[in-house]
Amino acid sequence: MLELTSVTKVFYPGTVNEKLAIDDVNLHVNAGDIICIVGSNGSGKSTLFNLISGTYPVTAGKMIFDGTDITARPEYRRAMTIGRIFQDPTKGTAANMSIEDNMITAETKGMKGLRISLNNEKRQQYRQLLSLIGLEDRLKDNVGLLSGGQRQALTLLMMVMSRPKMVLLDEHTAALDPRNAQTVMDLTERFIAEYALTALMVTHNMQFAIDFGNRLIMMDEGTIIFDVSGAEKSKLTVEALVRLFKDLRNKTYANDAALLTKG
Amino acid sequence: MIEGIFVDGLVFSIMVIGILISYRILNFADLTCDGSVATGAAIATMAIVGGLPITVALLLAFLGGVVAGMVTAAIHNKLKIPGLLAGILTMTMLYSINLRILGNKANVPLLRVTTLYTKLPAFFGFLTPEWASLVGTLLVVLFVKVIVDIFFRTDLGVSMGAMGGNEQMVISQGINPEILKLMGIGLSNGLIALSGGLLAQYQGFADANLGQGMVVQGLAAIMVGEFLFSSNRISLLTLRAILGAIIYKALMFFGRKYGYLVNITPNDFKLLTGILVIASLFIAQTRSAASSAGAKRKAIARSEKRRHTKEGETHA
Repeated sequence: MLELTSVTKVFYPGTVNEKLAIDDVNLHVNAGDIICIVGSNGSGKSTLFNLISGTYPVTAGKMIFDGTDITARPEYRRAMTIGRIFQDPTKGTAANMSIEDNMITAETKGMKGLRISLNNEKRQQYRQLLSLIGLEDRLKDNVGLLSGGQRQALTLLMMVMSRPKMVLLDEHTAALDPRNAQTVMDLTERFIAEYALTALMVTHNMQFAIDFGNRLIMMDEGTIIFDVSGAEKSKLTVEALVRLFKDLRNKTYANDAALLTKG
Repeated sequence: MIEGIFVDGLVFSIMVIGILISYRILNFADLTCDGSVATGAAIATMAIVGGLPITVALLLAFLGGVVAGMVTAAIHNKLKIPGLLAGILTMTMLYSINLRILGNKANVPLLRVTTLYTKLPAFFGFLTPEWASLVGTLLVVLFVKVIVDIFFRTDLGVSMGAMGGNEQMVISQGINPEILKLMGIGLSNGLIALSGGLLAQYQGFADANLGQGMVVQGLAAIMVGEFLFSSNRISLLTLRAILGAIIYKALMFFGRKYGYLVNITPNDFKLLTGILVIASLFIAQTRSAASSAGAKRKAIARSEKRRHTKEGETHA
């Protein structure tokens, strides 16, 4: 489904701040893969997502999505088939508009026309969808009035409404309190299964990464150092993963939080 | 006299709706306005002097404004510079262009030609000329308001509103924000130029310096309007802009009429308009601070009450 070949990203090339953020990454994502990406801060997880979604252009390398070369395609065009949810719950919805207006914008991807699509039939559909996240009576409320967890749940709902082929989840529950994080995560699992989505998910939580999905990727200093799937993955433990990191990189895993937080 | 304030305010209100679109809906601080209002006045004047029908003249003025706005949006999109700077660039360039349109004259009068405001009294023969002008202008403004209201309820209009709130969200929905900005800023300046075209006919001349300080006046009108009521419905936003424009013009009228009593002359109006904007911002800020202080007081009172009842229970 997604094929990255020798993808490299250098920030501020030719200046004293030059930084090699992604270093010759090759990655093959199969349709139906649910991949958890772990790695310490600054290992390049978010940059990789920014490259796949087109926020930044790549310095070198090639990206093929669904058989077409998307390396030079602008972000808004990639968004037609690749959905993305950010850590920051305010990024996925427009706070100055009502829930129904947000949903009508998300219903079909691409440039809009001069039709007024929002009618009572649509509102009825939306009410049903919103009942999944307990917001069925708030169609006309401004999104700015919702809590972070509610907004992230709405973002998720809006993302699946337009049926993307692949989704990028960038620590999308990290800014939420544990209860809301659990709700959003349950919903994520449910949608991934229901719509047979291919998903890439960045997480800091190693135990979660081991339990969730069929494949685990570990990144460090802009490269993929470890890629495991299937039965081999289900046998992993946090301790084994940390030991593996130490063996491969000859240094300790620099993120205590990841070790302390359990599932 | 009173009709004059309303006609003045209504002509101005079309420009305020244009500024409402760029500042409030698209969240794009656009200064093109100071240039495009004069462009509209110049185009309409030259078209009418040249013998074209009034409707064609106004349509040309509108289109001229659309092009001016699109230039600003294109500079902003392609060179990735802030909208504010892009607007200043276009506004400055427009000054020269407006002089060209006016045939290298700073001022062109509309004498001995048929304008909207010579035609209206004939059309509404049963009214006094002042009331005829008022009714005619009101119809134009209502037409514009209804079109704008409908437009911002279409899928395209809603996505423009979404972009004003969160550009990333629009990108995530597969929409090119550059195209939305081209259309939105184009529409905004089209309306501003249309207002300029009406203004030239109402005052009877086009002037290259017509646009000076218009953005600030428009913002003042928007902010005055926002004190009237709060809403996020587009029909009420445009209504508020129209009422704000009329109130602003009324304030200026009474300033001109009675200002001499406190030694204020029309020369002071730009200063006063700026102070009005600052005062509006200050009042809005104080208001929201006061309501959050009120919420805090209530929250404390609630928790006090809860503690008291709890204490009561333990005593019992």
